[in-house]
Formats: sequence, C-alpha cells, structure tokens
Amino acid sequence: MKYVISLALGLLNGSLLFFAGLYFNPFTGQASVSPLAVTTDRVVDLSFSAVPGEAILYTYHGEAIIRPHPEWVAELWEPAVYNTNVFVTMLQDRLGGAAGIGIKMQSHSEDTALISGQVLANSIWHIYLPGQGTMMIDQSENYWAYIRDVTIPARMNSGDNWLGTFHRVMTSGPGSVGTARVSGSSGDFAGITTESVESLTVNNYSPATGPVSMEGNLTIAMPQPHVAPRE
Amino acid sequence: MIKTFLIATILSIIGTGALTWYVPAVDLHRERSLISVQPNGGNVETFHINLPSDRVMVGLPNSDISIPAALEWPGQEVVGDMQAEIFKIRDREGMVIGVGSRIASAAEATGPFIEWGLHFPARGSAYARMEITPTADGFRNGLMLSGTGDFSGLSGTVHEEFVSDADDIQSRIVLQTTLVGSVGELE
Repeated sequence: MKYVISLALGLLNGSLLFFAGLYFNPFTGQASVSPLAVTTDRVVDLSFSAVPGEAILYTYHGEAIIRPHPEWVAELWEPAVYNTNVFVTMLQDRLGGAAGIGIKMQSHSEDTALISGQVLANSIWHIYLPGQGTMMIDQSENYWAYIRDVTIPARMNSGDNWLGTFHRVMTSGPGSVGTARVSGSSGDFAGITTESVESLTVNNYSPATGPVSMEGNLTIAMPQPHVAPRE
Repeated sequence: MIKTFLIATILSIIGTGALTWYVPAVDLHRERSLISVQPNGGNVETFHINLPSDRVMVGLPNSDISIPAALEWPGQEVVGDMQAEIFKIRDREGMVIGVGSRIASAAEATGPFIEWGLHFPARGSAYARMEITPTADGFRNGLMLSGTGDFSGLSGTVHEEFVSDADDIQSRIVLQTTLVGSVGELE
C-alpha cells in the first residue's frame, strides 16, 4: 500500500514540477519594447481603453467573468465562433483626441503551445481614421505573459485586485520580427502594405470582473512616400 | 519507497511534457468549407447573413436605430457619416462560421468607401473593398485586398447582394467570393 501511495505522490509531484517549470520558465518572456521602436518610417500611434466595459461594444460567448457590453448585445455562442470575441473601440491619437474607430475580431489559435509559452490568438483590426482612410491589420498575439503575470496572480490573490504595471508587446506575427501585417484600403492608406505592433498596459485586474485598468496601443509604421531620384 | 517516489516523479514529468506537446491546447470547431471550383478556374464560396437575426451591431451617427439599443455610437463630429455593422456570417448551409464587419462612408474627405472585414476562426480572414455604385441588377462588386490563413495569397472578387424576402420580414445579405491563387514564377 505504501508503494501505491508513494507512486501517486510521485506522479502528482512530477506534474506539479512540470507546470511550475512552465510557469517560471525564464525563456518564455515577451518583449516590452516594440520592434518598430527603431523604424525610420513615420509612426502612427493609436491608443484605446482595453477594458471591455469602456468599449463601444464587446461580445463573446458570454459565459466567462467579463460581461458583454452594452446590455443585450448578441453573444457569439455558435460552435464555430464560440472562441471568438468582437471588440469595437474609439481610437485616440497621441494627444488623447479621437482619431477613429477600430473593430477587432479575435479568436483562439490552434497554434497555441503551452510548452513553449505560446497562448496564441489570431485577430484582425478593421480601422477607420476620418480624414485619413481605412486599413486592416492582421496579427497573431501571444497572451502567455498576460496570463502568467496578471490573471494567475490576480486569481491567487483571492482577497483583492491585482495592482501593478504590466506592459508587453502582444503581437507575435506574422512578420518575421514579430510584427503584424497592415493592408491599406482607402484614403492616404490606399494600396500600402506595412507593419504594426499592438501592446497592452495593465494596471488593475479584478479576478471577479476582469480588467479594471488596461490600455492598448497600436503602433503603425507608415512607409515614407517614394521620392524619385534626381537625374 | 523513496525510489518509487522518485521514479514516479520523473515519469510524471516526462508524461506531462509529452501530453502537453502532443495534445492540442486549442481545438476549434470548424464547419466543412463549402467551396466549389469554377470550370475556368477560381474557387467560389457563398456566405450569407440573415437579417435581422445575425446583426451584432449597427452603428449610425445620430441615430435612434442603433443595435444593440444601448450602443453609444460616437457623434457625427468624430466619425462623420461613417456607419459600421457587425454580423455573424453563415455558410451556404446556414451554419454560422465567422463574424464580419462592414463599414461605409459616403462623405469621407478622402473619398467614399464600402468595405468588408471577414474573420473565420480556424480558417483565416479576408479584407475586401466594394465598389460604391451598385450594378443595374442591384448587387455590388468588390475586390479582395488581402487575406490570412485559407485566404492567404489569394486574389479575386467579392460580390454583395441584398436579397429581400417577399414578406419583407426576413432578408439576407449574400456574399460570394471568387478567388484564385497567385501565379508563381515560371521556372
């Protein structure tokens, strides 16, 4: 009997050790500095509140802790879109003024690999900036650092909200240096193909209601207008 | 007994690792893609949206008919006459397979536009720009601008048609994509 108990304890211990190794793995961090920080292109910075309750609209299957917003919004409960969420927000420029509207559609990615610290989501942003034009950003995002550094500590800290400073670049592809792909459609963006990066800054997370203070940022590199060489 | 504990611990670490490696953490539900091939080339896929049931959002400036009713859409001073709609997208057999956004503006300073952004989990996304003026038959043609996943590297046309039922209670938006792969370089 004591060997059976020893075997069971050993199996439990091994699993716990493995998951502890995953959780504390120092090689699965994400950058906090955008790969576009060194670009020579003009950069457009757009920020937005990433708190669902402060968005114009946020919906998903509706069965987790975060409440869809506003009330009576249709939920995405059908099997094919069950792991999808839609987020509509005002985008602000660097000075905090209204810059436009962003619609983000995001779903879980089958490329998620816990063993390498990749909790991936595929998303697109459909963006309209009045007086400038429209574009789509497609990207994969890695939420492992967010889960490890914010949501798990928040849940383990049963009595209170998580308070702190979390800032990471969430975009992990498809660009080779971890950038998203931007396709311009109309206005100043017509025909352009460029790169962008989305980052997330969290200061307060409630295990009961989700993010309390969370800001997102989209950095879009704008290619310089092509100037023909002088003859 | 300690030896049993240690062996079980090592086996458990290896076993849990193997399980994490081989068992997918995310296994999305995917409906069968209903694609037909045209005789002269190109893959045709037809999607539709049942109205009003598949509307997730209708954002119109200074409007009382926003969906959902409590939607706080930015005023005209911010987004002009731009209107945005979000829908659930169904395949030919009526199964919901994705979500899509349609944005349009007739008075945008840089020029009018009508666009679709389509997102199909486990498949990919597509981005299309439509012509402003519909055809005499009442439908609208457009061009696929970019795509990801199954739509990556494809180009082609998108056809949008509003189909109203006789009793006008339920109508549909039909979207049809005709896409071809890019021709590779000849060796």
